[in-house]
Amino acid sequence: MTTVQQLSIFVENKSGTLLHVLELFKEAKIQLVASTISDTVEYGIYRIICTEPQRALEVLKTAGISANVSEVFAITLDNVPGRAADAIRLISNAGIGISYLYSFMLSGKGILIFRTDNAEKTNQVIQENNLIPLDSDKLLALV
Amino acid sequence: MYLHPEFETLTRSELEVLQTERLRATIKQCMNSPFYRKRFEESHIRPEEIKNLDDLRKIPFTTKQDLRDNYPFGLAAVPMEEVVRLHSSSGTTGTPTVILHTQRDLDEWANAVARCLYMVGLRPGDIFQNSSGYGMFTGGLGFQYGAERLGMLTVPAAAGNTKRQIKFITDFGTTALHAIPSYAGRLYEVMVEMGIDPRRDTNLHTLIIGAEPHSEEQRKRIENMLGVKAYNSFGMSEMCGPGVAFECKEQNGLHIWEDYYIVEIVDPDTLEPVPEGEVGELVLTTINREAMPLLRYRTRDLTRILPGTCPCGRHHIRLDRMKGRSDDMMILKGVNIFPIQIETILMQFAELGNNYLITLTNEEANDLMTVEVELKEFSDDYPHLQALTKEIVRQLKDEILITPIVRLVPKGTLPQQEGKAVRVKDLRKTLI
Repeated sequence: MTTVQQLSIFVENKSGTLLHVLELFKEAKIQLVASTISDTVEYGIYRIICTEPQRALEVLKTAGISANVSEVFAITLDNVPGRAADAIRLISNAGIGISYLYSFMLSGKGILIFRTDNAEKTNQVIQENNLIPLDSDKLLALV
Repeated sequence: MYLHPEFETLTRSELEVLQTERLRATIKQCMNSPFYRKRFEESHIRPEEIKNLDDLRKIPFTTKQDLRDNYPFGLAAVPMEEVVRLHSSSGTTGTPTVILHTQRDLDEWANAVARCLYMVGLRPGDIFQNSSGYGMFTGGLGFQYGAERLGMLTVPAAAGNTKRQIKFITDFGTTALHAIPSYAGRLYEVMVEMGIDPRRDTNLHTLIIGAEPHSEEQRKRIENMLGVKAYNSFGMSEMCGPGVAFECKEQNGLHIWEDYYIVEIVDPDTLEPVPEGEVGELVLTTINREAMPLLRYRTRDLTRILPGTCPCGRHHIRLDRMKGRSDDMMILKGVNIFPIQIETILMQFAELGNNYLITLTNEEANDLMTVEVELKEFSDDYPHLQALTKEIVRQLKDEILITPIVRLVPKGTLPQQEGKAVRVKDLRKTLI
């Protein structure tokens, strides 16, 4: 199974918490590739694709911040309208639910990062339909 | 002016004579209880040694833990066939506590409550509505029997359903109401919403407020809002319930009925008596109870004895408003809650850390409890976190009967506790 490492941080919805995390990254010279956080009321999960995710995790833990590294799918798509729809249709038609997804452009390529409710089946769909999955090395090579 | 002038107007020396006599009878009665017999033996005290009020101090204190340890009937001082009523605490902190009453105890309890209500000017012909919870909660039946004893039409409206409560007040012409102070504020708000002016549209003239700490300012507001006189009531289920101490028309301290109780105020740390007039823990000895007398019971309530005499002519001492607790009990919406109850629930979740903080606030006269707890194990999964929060709320509600707001917070974000942990922040303001 080809996946990338994503860093997830449990953050309080309080002014200054996000900045604190970013300052730690800056100090440790870790670069953000993509990140997402949504506007929930009480707490948030700040999800990050970054260089050296394991070292980033250590930095956060040393600073006493709750975080973990998990594996998520990353697929690369041609920079043409409609490619995301084609990819998601395959997953959807296989009856797989998407827990969350975010996307961005990197070196002229579209990147979809997502987690599903069935990793095995998702992997199968990716393989059978010749979607191009990325691992952390390949993804970071695009940076 | 007095319902029981033969007791209410006793002078200090007359009261002491009565107390001494009743104390001796109580000690004798206690020797029927397995608990006190053992306690006297262990402390090498002979019952005959307790002759006067000073001798009382030789007897060890009785605590809530003693009641728990001897649950349910270990303190019974009469044969169980003579017991006609039982009240129990909710038992949320572990083993519940039980208080037993003979018919005579119930009669004396009703007399005490009737005396209190008469003292603040209520008379037969008044219509008394009780918004206390009924059942095991003593504020329900306690006021019911007392108000009936006085001869008032007594409406057992019980807790909740504010609109129905107000309908009773207007339809029945309720003149006196028993309510916890925060609920009095709520009643006013809903009356205004319903277009009811309490001064114009109701016959209310007296409010009995208790079971919840409140300030003088809060009382004044309740009085102004509802156009009533509001009197502070103090009771506790261990002593029977309401009717232990009550304000007279002077509204300056609560007379505690010394024909029922011997009062001591002690330093909660040294357990020595505090100097006269200083704040300490209230310790009570029942001297007018058969089924389950309690000797030197530590109430955990902090108060002081007001100096001087009361213009009302009663020499029964006056207690100041309760100043707090010598333990960490919280009172929310009239319900007693201990932090340990919350801690016990939280510690059952492997995902949660040890650090938590309980914050009490109030909005629109409604007490709110927020429980913040640090998340130890963090999973990158919103639905799981939401389900976890919901489950914590559910279990806490089962335990404390109040629905708290639960907030999961990152590790290390709550103040670190050094020494004696401060688990409760009470930010409740006087709103009404």
